[in-house]
Amino acid sequence: MKEQNHGKLKRDFKSLYRKILLASVVVAIVGIALIYFMVDPSLSAFKANEPDTEIVDMPVEDDFDKIENGIHSRTGFIDAPGMTETIQNCTNCHSSKLVIQNRMNAERWKTTIKWMQETQNLWDLGENEAVIINYLVTNYPPKKVGRRAVLTDIEWYQLEE
Amino acid sequence: MKRRNFVAKSSLGGLAALLGVDIVYKNVMPAGYTPVALQDSDPFKLFKKDKGMVVLNDKPWNIEAQAHLLDDRVTPNKSIFIRNNGLIPEEIDVEKWTLTIDGESVQQEKTYSLAELKSKFKHHTYQLTLECGGNGRSEFDPPAKGNQWTIGAVYCASWTGIRLRDVLEDVGIKDDAVYFGYHAADVHLSRDPTKEPISRGAPMSKALKDETILAFKMNGEDIPLAHGYPLRVIAGGWPASVSGKWLQRISIRNIVHDGTKMTGTAYRVPCKPVAPGEKVADEDMCIIESMPVKSLITYPKSGATLSKGKKLNIRGHAWAGELEVSKMEYSIDFGATWNTCVIEKPANRLAWQHFSASISFPQEGYYEVWAKATDANGVSQPMLLPGWNPKGYLNNACHRIAVKIA
Repeated sequence: MKEQNHGKLKRDFKSLYRKILLASVVVAIVGIALIYFMVDPSLSAFKANEPDTEIVDMPVEDDFDKIENGIHSRTGFIDAPGMTETIQNCTNCHSSKLVIQNRMNAERWKTTIKWMQETQNLWDLGENEAVIINYLVTNYPPKKVGRRAVLTDIEWYQLEE
Repeated sequence: MKRRNFVAKSSLGGLAALLGVDIVYKNVMPAGYTPVALQDSDPFKLFKKDKGMVVLNDKPWNIEAQAHLLDDRVTPNKSIFIRNNGLIPEEIDVEKWTLTIDGESVQQEKTYSLAELKSKFKHHTYQLTLECGGNGRSEFDPPAKGNQWTIGAVYCASWTGIRLRDVLEDVGIKDDAVYFGYHAADVHLSRDPTKEPISRGAPMSKALKDETILAFKMNGEDIPLAHGYPLRVIAGGWPASVSGKWLQRISIRNIVHDGTKMTGTAYRVPCKPVAPGEKVADEDMCIIESMPVKSLITYPKSGATLSKGKKLNIRGHAWAGELEVSKMEYSIDFGATWNTCVIEKPANRLAWQHFSASISFPQEGYYEVWAKATDANGVSQPMLLPGWNPKGYLNNACHRIAVKIA
């Protein structure tokens, strides 16, 4: 009888112990969650695709001159003979974007280079001048648009008023 | 959101750590001023621009709006184009910032602190239209050299400052004064300290106009860094390059100012009309003064689809350089017939004017709504490109949007 009582007590105690342990674990988990929520109310750490304000693209050394689909990733230039000379001589002062958006024939590029040499401290391009001009007129030729082009790339949408 | 704010707030401290130096005037740095060390990060965050703005060039920064981003009556900073000829100044200390008036035609050279300018002279606020001389350049054939602006290099903000005339009266100007020219703190692309990226100006008649001001506020706040903080010339109605940013010095000249981008072909068009692609000698190029009449449909955005029977309410702005816009029309049949729009008077001289119209379409199909403004002299916008010029300036051809009735 005594033995039995003792066994029952032991079981009761074990059950109580398990309940207390379970309760503590629950309190601890809720507590940790609450503390985390106080630190990071938007739970931003769980939003993997939300860009952080301070992320700045840094060129990785290996990819510095990466070519993707025939385009030089860093500058946007078309990968073709003369591209390297163009990057080396034409992107020190201004962006490659200024080169790419301009469409000129050889004569006008020559005039532009001369203007940059006279007013913008561009150096003598030597043999590279012909290489660069050839690259530009081959890959970025002027397009005929006439006196007024048709509207293109229209993004149609339903107008709700 | 809280965490992101925290990151944004701490970024200056982070920057100081990154640069290995403390930012001495961190606490007096104005809101919106971003140290130049950050110049190569996201331009939309850096300059607080709308995501719909288009970056034409990132060195130097050249960013333009799209028509539908310019719908506000007074343009907010987020939709204002950026046109830089050089690099944004790297050190701006407003406490030490001065403006010097010099040149052949001043009685004596005089220097003012920024605080002096603000306290000594009466403040004026005007809505003033600024448009890049090369706005619309992308449409010229053969293509013209330079940033290929489409339609978004124009805006009308509210500027607060002092009249240039008041300052010049205080300095004393000689009778032989012909032109004013500005000098600024921006840095030449080659970083050559002996070169100025741009130093333009205007004849004395423009300098002495009521609305030609030295501004220190845009839309009621400090001028954003990219737009000329802490002091800028504003000469509305003329190529925006006359409105020099980061102003440090004004020279009163006894000749037409010969600073950078005043000579050669810069901001000049052929004095006589030329054929497309024709070569023009420098001496046959004339300085652009007032900008031509022009307009933009800012609502709806191009590409609107409506159901049959519904009316389309359009609106936008029109401006005409030194002049007022006297008439505004629209056409939905490529100029075969024109209908009148309601056009408001400008808030003040040189402010753009708002127009609106309610359009009915006869049947289903594809339409273009074309807008045409006419200035006080009876001169209208052309539907085709205006006269070709080597540098692609002054394209004031009618703006149009595509509409579909389904």
